[in-house]
Amino acid sequence: MRVLWVMTSPLALEASGLAKSFGDVQAVAGVDLAVRSGSVYGVLGPNGAGKTTTIRMLATLLRPDAGTASVLGHDIVREADAVRGLVSLTGQMASVDEDLTGRENLILLARLLGLKRADAKARATELLEAFDLAEASGRLVKNFSGGMRRRLDIAASLVVTPQILFLDEPTTGLDPRSRNQVWDIIRSLAAAGTTILLCTQYLDEADQLAEGIAVIDHGKVIAEGTPAQLKASVGSAALHIRLLDPEQRSDAERILTTELGTVHLEPDPAALSAPCSDADRAAEAIAELARSDVRIAGFSLAQPSLDEVFLALTGHTADDQTGDSPVEGRPA
Amino acid sequence: MSTQIQDVALRTALASTPRPPRAGALSAALTFGWRGMLKVKHVPEQLLDVTITPVMFVLMFTYLFGGAIAGSTGAYLDYILPGILVMSVLFTTVYSGVALNTDLTKGVVDRFRTLPIWRPAPLVGALLGDSVRYLVAGTVIVVLGVILGFRPDAGVPGVVAALALTIVFAFGLSWVFTTLGLLLRSPNAVMNAGFMGIFPLTFLSNVFVDPETLPGALEAFVDVNPISILATASRGLMDGNADGADIMIVLGVAVALTAIFMPLTTKLYRSRS
Repeated sequence: MRVLWVMTSPLALEASGLAKSFGDVQAVAGVDLAVRSGSVYGVLGPNGAGKTTTIRMLATLLRPDAGTASVLGHDIVREADAVRGLVSLTGQMASVDEDLTGRENLILLARLLGLKRADAKARATELLEAFDLAEASGRLVKNFSGGMRRRLDIAASLVVTPQILFLDEPTTGLDPRSRNQVWDIIRSLAAAGTTILLCTQYLDEADQLAEGIAVIDHGKVIAEGTPAQLKASVGSAALHIRLLDPEQRSDAERILTTELGTVHLEPDPAALSAPCSDADRAAEAIAELARSDVRIAGFSLAQPSLDEVFLALTGHTADDQTGDSPVEGRPA
Repeated sequence: MSTQIQDVALRTALASTPRPPRAGALSAALTFGWRGMLKVKHVPEQLLDVTITPVMFVLMFTYLFGGAIAGSTGAYLDYILPGILVMSVLFTTVYSGVALNTDLTKGVVDRFRTLPIWRPAPLVGALLGDSVRYLVAGTVIVVLGVILGFRPDAGVPGVVAALALTIVFAFGLSWVFTTLGLLLRSPNAVMNAGFMGIFPLTFLSNVFVDPETLPGALEAFVDVNPISILATASRGLMDGNADGADIMIVLGVAVALTAIFMPLTTKLYRSRS
């Protein structure tokens, strides 16, 4: 009995057949998820794929039309109140009060979560310092920068450490520096053992942070696995080269075939690419082209993009979602 | 770069939170009331509507109609001041619905809805905060009345009792407008629908005129209008001759409105996506 319990306990979150429609539009059409306790799990998909609707159901904000899900063994519908005691949500829209200061926001939440007045103030101070917001703590949130607002939003989710943290596109719209700060925070949270469900439209982000990824499209999980498995299913990284003179493409093709194996000729007559995930080998190939007087306009060594993942998995690109998709989870 | 230091601070911050026992219902509601107060603190201008409008009403009605209706402005002031108090406070209740509708467009509501708290707490708290606005509106009117020569027989205790009764009724009535605030799509729609209801209800009462001069059917309506009963009770409390039955009816209506519309508002607040 005990062994069975130990074997079944590591799942922090389980969903099976979750579905939700808004009017005629089916936003989520049967999503299954299994998230191990203490891991970062990425839900990857384009806008309108059903990510936000899924996360809102799991956070008890929306009632599923069909399917079941549980958070640490508590059903999200029947035991919604228990689930609310275990999760925190940092939504796509800033889930902090713009008309209050950063400090007031944290004290407000701390009080609502049951901290005594003095403890609430101390907790707010502690979080503001940890999230590099101490200086701005007396400012109204509406005057915060996007990155500060997002950090406060995440801090607000951690006033009482949740068992599971839902992050809905935490870096969308942030500049690269702020994005890196948020990534650092997520890494620290993961290292501290918090289970995180991370919705994102960036493969890069899921790749950097998540140990498991579900790719979601049109309300369904279309692929699931580790980032490595997922990328392997799409094809590896590739060296992309553009030549100054299209006449030299056959020379380039011959050299790259020797250096890297397979070569793919792009529709652009000056461009070609070869699968390659090793930067040293790519550098050697470039050097060999230079030695043979093949003149290069530009080159890049790139991971497959979300577009390529989608192209490989679904036959359409992530942008290719004709206007029929609902706005993520916020109809009307 | 302070990343490492911050990382340590972050880990400490994460490690040091034993989950406290859940906040009690009253504590959660009062915390939301505090939120309302903070907003007033940051944007004090929002008190203008509960201060300027009542001043306008008192001055306009007293000096425009006083002579015509009651023979003198002084005599009319004695009649109308408790009524204006009722009207101004009840008009303010519409803004509770407008404010809730505005709040719903913000992401922070999602966070409130995922907290393990007493369900009506955000709404009860907001209305408790609004009650302070009602109090401000009421106080402005009474103070202005006294400046203009209003001397109620029951003195300060009578005025305080009338003000308290009006605020209790306003609290009950607010639930109608918070329900409206959740059913309608925009703050403007709530405002229009709200005033479309409260405006005729207030004018078709005994706030401004003695109903005996009215046509029969209208008089019958005015007599049973809870706002008339509230205005009568307020006058009675200020004059020291209040009818206990009127007060009970007013309190009963407030309780009934709360009993019907509070659960409705709470349900709508939870289910609105």
